[in-house]
Amino acid sequence: MMLLAAEVAPSFWHGFFFVFFALLTCGFALGVLFSNNIVRMAFYLVLSLGASAGLFFLAGAEFVGAMQLMIYVGGTLVLLIFGVMLTAQSRFISMKTPSGEWVLGVAVGGCLLLLLLSVAFQVKDWRTPRGKGGLSLEDSKTSSQIGMAFTGVRVDKLDQKNEQLAGGMSGYLLPFVIVSVHLLVVLVGAAYMARTKRRATATGAVG
Amino acid sequence: MIEPLIKIAILIGGLMTGAAYFVLLERRMAAWVQDRVGPNRVGFPLSQFVSGLKDLRLFGLGQPAADGVKFILKEEYTPAHVDKRLFVLAPISILVAALVTFAVIPFGDVLPGGVFGDEPIEMVVSPGAGVGMLVVFALSSIAVYGVILGGWASNNKYSFLGGLRSSAQLIAYELPLGLGILGVILATGSLDIGEIIGEQARTGWWFALTQPLGFFVFCVASFAEAARLPFDLPECEQELIGGYHTEYSGIKLLLFLVAEFLHMIAASFLIVMLFLGGWHFWFLTGSGSEATWFQAIMRLVVLNAKIFLVILFFMLVRWSWPRFRFDQLMAFAWKVMMPLGLINFVVVAILDQLKIVSGNDSSGMNLVCALAAWGICIGAWVAISIAGPLVADNRPRRELNSFEIDSQM
Repeated sequence: MMLLAAEVAPSFWHGFFFVFFALLTCGFALGVLFSNNIVRMAFYLVLSLGASAGLFFLAGAEFVGAMQLMIYVGGTLVLLIFGVMLTAQSRFISMKTPSGEWVLGVAVGGCLLLLLLSVAFQVKDWRTPRGKGGLSLEDSKTSSQIGMAFTGVRVDKLDQKNEQLAGGMSGYLLPFVIVSVHLLVVLVGAAYMARTKRRATATGAVG
Repeated sequence: MIEPLIKIAILIGGLMTGAAYFVLLERRMAAWVQDRVGPNRVGFPLSQFVSGLKDLRLFGLGQPAADGVKFILKEEYTPAHVDKRLFVLAPISILVAALVTFAVIPFGDVLPGGVFGDEPIEMVVSPGAGVGMLVVFALSSIAVYGVILGGWASNNKYSFLGGLRSSAQLIAYELPLGLGILGVILATGSLDIGEIIGEQARTGWWFALTQPLGFFVFCVASFAEAARLPFDLPECEQELIGGYHTEYSGIKLLLFLVAEFLHMIAASFLIVMLFLGGWHFWFLTGSGSEATWFQAIMRLVVLNAKIFLVILFFMLVRWSWPRFRFDQLMAFAWKVMMPLGLINFVVVAILDQLKIVSGNDSSGMNLVCALAAWGICIGAWVAISIAGPLVADNRPRRELNSFEIDSQM
């Protein structure tokens, strides 16, 4: 947020915080790789994802950043750590990765990295012209637009002249509904699996 | 660059000093409730530095300074059996999450332009954050890491039990917390805390008046999230010897305690801003987004007075209710707070739609809607206490016996 009100060389602070968060993200990601302790791994993953949320905030995508914090850092990984702590026996606490898995991992990860790098170098110019204050505040006010798009109103495409592109203005209502029904089914299934089962055979007096 | 730094300095200085003196206030209040005297002796030992000056006692106002110095100068002891890295990271992460929350929480309204530059100054570290409420909610769920990891890294069964209890409690009470916030967001149509306050100031109806059920649910959930009595199961001394911070001492313990206090302060900020009108008070502060100097100062005073009163309420509650048992805590979250939160959400949606359909936004309509909300609040409260009487019953439950538990293992 600091850079928004920066008067002295806003681009410097933008670059500074970008490098800061990027180093944190990459460093803790490497920490996940090279750590042997599974609980430490999980916590480094938390920090890595949290730092990438910082990158989202820096790019002006506040909604995505907040969602990253809420869903991944605050939701999914709490359950992960919870599960890991409860189930971690001594052989899992310090894990040894077999060399075959290393080879496989390096191959898959290397392919992805190559793909990303080639895409990154295809972009001609990374700098989008903006006002002199760096990011403008208006860029970050996207939450209501995203919400409108979920309910079927694409406010960002209202002035679309092209007929064919304007046809895609129905927004994300259908995928949204499909995903929410899917989630509901998963929740009902989870509740069914986790409920207290009463055995019919041995109950008798239990009731 | 300068302006946000000054705001951050004011905020952190104020919060840390505030936390220290609220500890003293809490101890004095505890003493008052229990008919004791409390810490009233530690003052400033001026005669130690300048001979001839008398020591100042000042009602024990030196106590926070003495406590702070004691915590910092204590030996920083790390037991041998702990997981060192996580043991150190846990208190740091919980304090960072607690402090970052205040980046999007306003600590005032606006100062009119003219004195400190031409532009009006918004009293929030990151002005114009459109998703402030989301960020607060996200960060509140990060606090749980410090507790879980602190408990696990301590390698001590009491700490571990405290961490487990706490994570279950914090995860369970996040849902009613979110439901309480949802009603407010629905009525305002914005996630921006400044706009939520502005809406209450514009209509003159605080959300505590129009959404009483949401107010109660949010208050209870924020007590639980701050792990204050009657929800202090993570660290109840009688059962867990301090819970997740049993093994901590010195400055690391201080970080935990400060973070806990900051959670309480953040909760009072949010209660005031979401439900008690923020800086708004009738006939005193004005209601527009612009303010004269008098109004701006009154807004600061009103906001801080409200927050102070809510914190006093927190402290009074601490010495008024006994702690919940764990099954009561869970039943309270899932069987009482969740349904009440859902009812509140539906009621708010219906009443809002009613206002839009009737096209009637007069004060009479608002009064009718508020009365209806209060009626439904009382009705729902009575209904839920009749439907779930076991929740308040202290006798052991017989629904699950050991055979059923054994069969699942």
